[in-house]
Amino acid sequence: MYVQLNHITKKFEDYEAAKDVSLGVEEGRMAALLGPSGSGKTTLLRIIAGLEQQDSGDVLIDGKVVNDVPAGERGIGFVFQNYALFRYMTVYENIAFGLRVQKRKKEEIDARVMELVHLVGLDGLERRYPNQLSGGQRQRVAFARALAPEPSLLLLDEPFAAIDAKVRKELRLWLKNMISQVGITSIFVTHDQDEAVEVADEILVINEGRLEQAGAPIDIYKNPKTSFVAQFIGSSAVLSDFRGLKGFEDVPAGRQAVVRPEFVEAFKSDNEKFKSLIADTESGVITNIAFRGSYLELTLDVNGIQLTTNRSLERRPVHVGNPMCVLIYRAYILDGENTRIYENRRLEGVDVESL
Amino acid sequence: MKNQKKSIVPTLLIGISVVFFVVMLVLPLVIVLYRSLKDGLALYVKAITAPNTLSALRVTLIAASIAVLVNTFFGLCAAWLITKFEFRGRQVLSTLIDIPFSISPVIAGLAFIMTFGRMGWATPFIDWINSTFGTDIALVFSVPGVVLATIFVTFPFISRELIPVMQAQGNAEEEAAAMMGAKGFTIFRKVTFPHIRWTLLYGIILCAARAIGEFGAVYAVSKTRGQTFTLTLEVDALYMAGGADSITQAFAVSSLLVIIAVAILLIKQVVEYRAKRTEEA
Repeated sequence: MYVQLNHITKKFEDYEAAKDVSLGVEEGRMAALLGPSGSGKTTLLRIIAGLEQQDSGDVLIDGKVVNDVPAGERGIGFVFQNYALFRYMTVYENIAFGLRVQKRKKEEIDARVMELVHLVGLDGLERRYPNQLSGGQRQRVAFARALAPEPSLLLLDEPFAAIDAKVRKELRLWLKNMISQVGITSIFVTHDQDEAVEVADEILVINEGRLEQAGAPIDIYKNPKTSFVAQFIGSSAVLSDFRGLKGFEDVPAGRQAVVRPEFVEAFKSDNEKFKSLIADTESGVITNIAFRGSYLELTLDVNGIQLTTNRSLERRPVHVGNPMCVLIYRAYILDGENTRIYENRRLEGVDVESL
Repeated sequence: MKNQKKSIVPTLLIGISVVFFVVMLVLPLVIVLYRSLKDGLALYVKAITAPNTLSALRVTLIAASIAVLVNTFFGLCAAWLITKFEFRGRQVLSTLIDIPFSISPVIAGLAFIMTFGRMGWATPFIDWINSTFGTDIALVFSVPGVVLATIFVTFPFISRELIPVMQAQGNAEEEAAAMMGAKGFTIFRKVTFPHIRWTLLYGIILCAARAIGEFGAVYAVSKTRGQTFTLTLEVDALYMAGGADSITQAFAVSSLLVIIAVAILLIKQVVEYRAKRTEEA
């Protein structure tokens, strides 16, 4: 592990930001600390950076304990939320700051700054001040500034929060490419799961000062280990009474279940493709249709249970009030802190994947 | 609002403001200038070049300059400490800074006498210094006392100007600089200071104006005319003397203070204008 936290705890007055957190990030990887606001993810990032001191536990970077190493000597580049660019310095001076602190030679500074300006695609804007730049350009400057002193670790605090939605997608891709091009170990904090899934090699889900689960995005998505992860990742409906649903009669009483839209299939009773499965479906009624741009999100009422499913625009048009046949492939059953996948018993032996 | 019929309210408010402004602010100042020149320029020049006046001007300028220097340094320290660090007692310190605002200057002056005067708490210590180093320091009824009282009274001006600005600025830029290995003073010089330079200058101007105009506190600690009197005390002494000439002289010396005040106002205006321009750029 290149970056490692061992049993980190941190308490602010009456708020416990980290409760015995241990985690690791391997060299060259891009990890996301994902969690809702107030989960303590930013505190963990700041503890790694040295901007915050943990109450107990060790921070290791490249195998060395850095608890007592000041922030500026940990060899870390930090991209702040809202970037914290030096307002009274030009783009050039912003990027050169860390190099000047290190008292590098003038020609060396000049070469390095121009290299970075070129790398992040801001050629010609070196003389601009931060307030003369767009949000995306500012982020690029912040990125270049953090990389200038050649850190061995890059930390980013909500790097896309200050950018409007349209530019955000584009920048995510840009940042991901840029980081893999530079090849630097990176950790970023986000509350946006799409962002984490899209950018990170590895996701660390943080909740209430604890590490809930760590793994590749697909792992986190497909095999949520805790009830929090099952509910937080994906857009999920939480059901408390679902034993009446066909195929779920054997679930022990008193359990909650999480059903994602992609676990739910809804079709009209004259559907050819699903003809053979009609006997296993529940009948439901469409109560709401939301247009999501590239698909429709249907809300269905099935015997008083609200389920959502996504419907391709290519399929037959549906309307509110239409009766539908509703099939639930699987659900995450929440068992205390843990969670397990429960497949629809009626579909055993049916090749669901090929549908 | 645009399409409404012209209301009487704005006109009325403007009228009231103008009358108030003229009666309360402009008229008294004009009268000061008028009275100071009433008996001719010769008497005016004589009044402002009298040894007592020159001595008072000297003491005023010394006290104001030292107060500005000291308060700039400590004001910066206090504002920096309060806005950029989390520590126990931060709130208490922030409240303590305001003490000179809430305590009457006369009481501040008296407190100085109680502390540093002949019967005062710090007197044995001062005596010890004087006997050990062969010095002759006296804090009360002397110029150092005037300086101390002026510093006390004008202490909050600079830090109170700086604190809101530094608070609004936050710590992110300082943290960014620290992440890149910059140390305390470098961070202050390169990152914090550019943000606050106009505010600081503005605070210095206010502090200077207040220091020059201070009366109560220096009145308590200064008793010797021609040696430790400041301009305001000299005006008071001339006026209290009661002779026809001395009252005109009092107005002449007052006009000096008015001229200094107007000059400070002009500088303040220029600073505000420049600050606004750099903000926009």
